[in-house]
Amino acid sequence: MTHARPAAAILSALLVATTLSVAPARSAENDDPIRLTLHDWTGQLITTRIMGEVLQKAGYNIEYVQADYIAQFAGLKTGDLHVAMEIWETTGRDALDEATATGKVENLGDSGMLAVEEWWYPSYMKELCPGLPNWEALKSDACAEAFATAETSPKGRYLGAPVTWGGYDDERVEALELPFEVVHAGTDAALFAELESAYQRKAPVLLWVYAPHWAPRKYQGEWVEFPKYEKACYEDPAWGSNPDMAYDCGKPRGPIWKVAWSGVKDKWPGAHKAISAFSVDNDEMGGMITEVDLDGKSVEDVVAGWMERNTDRWSGWIK
Amino acid sequence: MSDVASQAGRVIDAGAIRAGTSNAPGKTAWRIAWGVALVVFVMLWLFGKPVAGWAFDVPRAWRIPVQRWISDAMKWLVDDASFGLFSFTDLTRFLATLVEVPYRLVLGLLSTGIMDGRGSSAQEILPPLSWLAVIGVVALMGYFAGGRRLAFIVGGCFVFLAVFGQWDSAMVTLASILIAVPIGVVGGLLLGLAAFRWRAVDIALRPLLDLMQTVPVFAYLVPILFLFGFGPTSAIVATIVYALPPMTRISLLALKGVPDEVHELGRMTGCSRRQMTWRILVPSAMPGLMIGVNQVIMLSLNMVIIASMIGAGGLGFDVLAALRRLDIGAGFEAGLAIVALAIALDRLSQAFAARRPEHVAAGAGEKNLLARHPYTVAGLALIVAGGLAGLVAAPLQSYPEALQISTGTLGSDLVSWININFFDQLEAVKNALLLNVLIPVKRFLTSLPWVGVTGLLALAGLRLGGWRLALLVSVLSCLIAFTGQWEKAMITVYLCGISVVIASLVGIPIGVLAAGRERLWKFVELVVDTLQTLPSFVYLMPAVMLFRVGDFTAMIAVVAYAVAPAIRYTAYGLRRVDPQLVEAGVVAGATPWQLLTKIRLKLALPEILLGVNQTVMLALSMLVITALVGTRDLGQEVYIALTKADTGRGLVAGLSVAFIAIIADRLISAGANRIRARLGLPEGEGGHR
Repeated sequence: MTHARPAAAILSALLVATTLSVAPARSAENDDPIRLTLHDWTGQLITTRIMGEVLQKAGYNIEYVQADYIAQFAGLKTGDLHVAMEIWETTGRDALDEATATGKVENLGDSGMLAVEEWWYPSYMKELCPGLPNWEALKSDACAEAFATAETSPKGRYLGAPVTWGGYDDERVEALELPFEVVHAGTDAALFAELESAYQRKAPVLLWVYAPHWAPRKYQGEWVEFPKYEKACYEDPAWGSNPDMAYDCGKPRGPIWKVAWSGVKDKWPGAHKAISAFSVDNDEMGGMITEVDLDGKSVEDVVAGWMERNTDRWSGWIK
Repeated sequence: MSDVASQAGRVIDAGAIRAGTSNAPGKTAWRIAWGVALVVFVMLWLFGKPVAGWAFDVPRAWRIPVQRWISDAMKWLVDDASFGLFSFTDLTRFLATLVEVPYRLVLGLLSTGIMDGRGSSAQEILPPLSWLAVIGVVALMGYFAGGRRLAFIVGGCFVFLAVFGQWDSAMVTLASILIAVPIGVVGGLLLGLAAFRWRAVDIALRPLLDLMQTVPVFAYLVPILFLFGFGPTSAIVATIVYALPPMTRISLLALKGVPDEVHELGRMTGCSRRQMTWRILVPSAMPGLMIGVNQVIMLSLNMVIIASMIGAGGLGFDVLAALRRLDIGAGFEAGLAIVALAIALDRLSQAFAARRPEHVAAGAGEKNLLARHPYTVAGLALIVAGGLAGLVAAPLQSYPEALQISTGTLGSDLVSWININFFDQLEAVKNALLLNVLIPVKRFLTSLPWVGVTGLLALAGLRLGGWRLALLVSVLSCLIAFTGQWEKAMITVYLCGISVVIASLVGIPIGVLAAGRERLWKFVELVVDTLQTLPSFVYLMPAVMLFRVGDFTAMIAVVAYAVAPAIRYTAYGLRRVDPQLVEAGVVAGATPWQLLTKIRLKLALPEILLGVNQTVMLALSMLVITALVGTRDLGQEVYIALTKADTGRGLVAGLSVAFIAIIADRLISAGANRIRARLGLPEGEGGHR
């Protein structure tokens, strides 16, 4: 009996010690760093850093890796990279489908944010083309003239996204019989450089804008309202105003997906749960992007601010 | 490659000149040949389309599915290729680790601190070098290599990095350069040695080096990512591939330039093969080799932006990120930081190249450590002192944020001011050029039949360098057509062609003006250096704001980057003209204008042509960057392939760019050699860097 007590004490002390050391760092799972990919747009940096911070709070080892948006799938398949926080339905769907089909990549559900991509114009253009935002206004010659430049005149000029983003704008113009010429920007930096330039001069501009992004917050403007997207519109020529062509409608809006290497589930089950639970909405994200890109705060500061304000939310994800 | 052929051509030419009158029939025959060829060409172009559509657009059934072959081969390499005990990817991953371990170490020293473990849970064992220590060490190196002046320049460049708040990113970039450059230099030297010793290696290596220099980097980024994994290692590997070829070429040249007497000496003293190489040849070729080192450094810095796209981080990433949020000032600052690094490393390596080896005095061994290695000891002392000081006061460890300066919104404000006040004038100029020159040329070039163009190129090859050149040129041109790249290739030719013409029209007169004026030349040289190392992305976005997306903006970017060699080589060529010949002209009573056009420019023509050749090469290498502002050429094809991770598509388009470059290079070099021969000048080294 007398011997038993110290033994029990030691045992319980050991137990306490181990539970204590396990609780903050789930070292039982795996100490290898979870690699999250960073791309080159602010919103993605913020989402990824938030996820990284949260996982770190849960005791995981985190490493950020710079990678290209589409090329990263190669790394996600091999397990070189582990988590990609923003794959947009609108631009990444094909690559995502191709990757999940191999079974080596897993879709961890939507991030709570909804990607919007559409033709966009600054509010002052409404004076020159009064029918907007209804897309049919663009059909008139006067409107086309208002958006024209020397190279495209008498047609209007629409600045599309980089060809790599897809979007079917050339087809859309043809299907809806719009008197417009599609010019593709090479990068989104070029896209917004043109918008900034035109906005400074209050000059005509019609271009592809997406959200969540700082542009729709910085500039006054609206999205053109095309016939609402349906799956049939893209697949069935008979659908919509043009009986012979598909794409006679607006662009699809869709979630931004979180994607991971399929090994994450077994290697870091808790992290897998936390990433699946992650959710922020468009407004929240738009606000943070604005703080970084327009107010000049650093991504780290903005993320730290969010972590402070939302302790309840993120601690729910890692429970 | 065409050396033999052009030599033969020269002999024939010389024969013709000596024979005097027999020159005339040869010339007439060529004129007739050209006349006939042109008539056939025009007929084909005007009336051929209905009869022979295949001459304009290679039918789908004829096309060679190289894209698919390459993609399949790549898949096999990544998934199945094996050496029995280990697979091919195991090998490349092993190589990646070999690069990664020293990189982590250097990065730790310069930026992150030496860490135990990886990721966020790693523990810091040793803090990074303090900024004061780094500046001290580089200034010391400057002092050692080039005296007080150089110490001041190099130190100043690094102080600039600290003051403008670029220190952390600059150290990340520096770390990758410090890994890439030694590997590039040693690898390049070893290849050069192998090519020097075995002729077969030399022959096999030449086309490979040509391709490494001309295939756009984006084209091979995807396969490198597959093989070496994601992160800084792949970026370093890509940098090495890009920066190594000039080292190999220059080492081969330098080794060949070692005088016979030195070889003789080696043999007389009974050197073994290894001693001969490392004790005799390499040291004798050292000054030449150092030029190669310099080239490797500069090209590595050129890669900073592209490397950051696949995970190198550092200054390149800062430039991209700043321009994505249209912060032009911040983009410029990060860009200038790259220039500052380039200037510091360039001047340092040039000073080391120029340093004469000091012969150690006989009694040196008896001195103490400090006397024998004063610089090393001082450097180490600085590092330790900096580290200790850093422990005491944080500002001595990392440069205090409060003392950083920034141009703030100045850059953006300036562009916006120009935009608001001068946009209409700029637009008018742009439209005039676009509607009257660019678009007509584009329409003309894309309407030409590939068969005819190939024929004319072959004829030019035959005339300038003989049948081997003609064969090479026509095969390459056919390959472009048969892989289905013809139209995009012609758009490429149009964009680069116009840019080269404008760059030459701007660059050659500047070169002429600056050649004779020492102070002006110093200033021009600085501008040219900056243009070549400042990432073009920095001025591309302001150009988009002022000129919109499209070919015109792309052209401005290409001209800005490619004008440098036109200026450099023109000035170099003019300065090399024998002063006695100019003197003779003066005596003969030539006016200054006659002196310039009849004597100096004429004699400098081969160099000027080489400058144009380099301008073409640089213009082609800018293609991928111009794809970022929405051109529709081969550059865009490569870029699309990159973002879709399509190896085959990227490499095929990349190879087409390389073929265009090789065709232009060979034809212009052959032309320059012909002119040299006619003027009785010694033959140049050809059109390579």
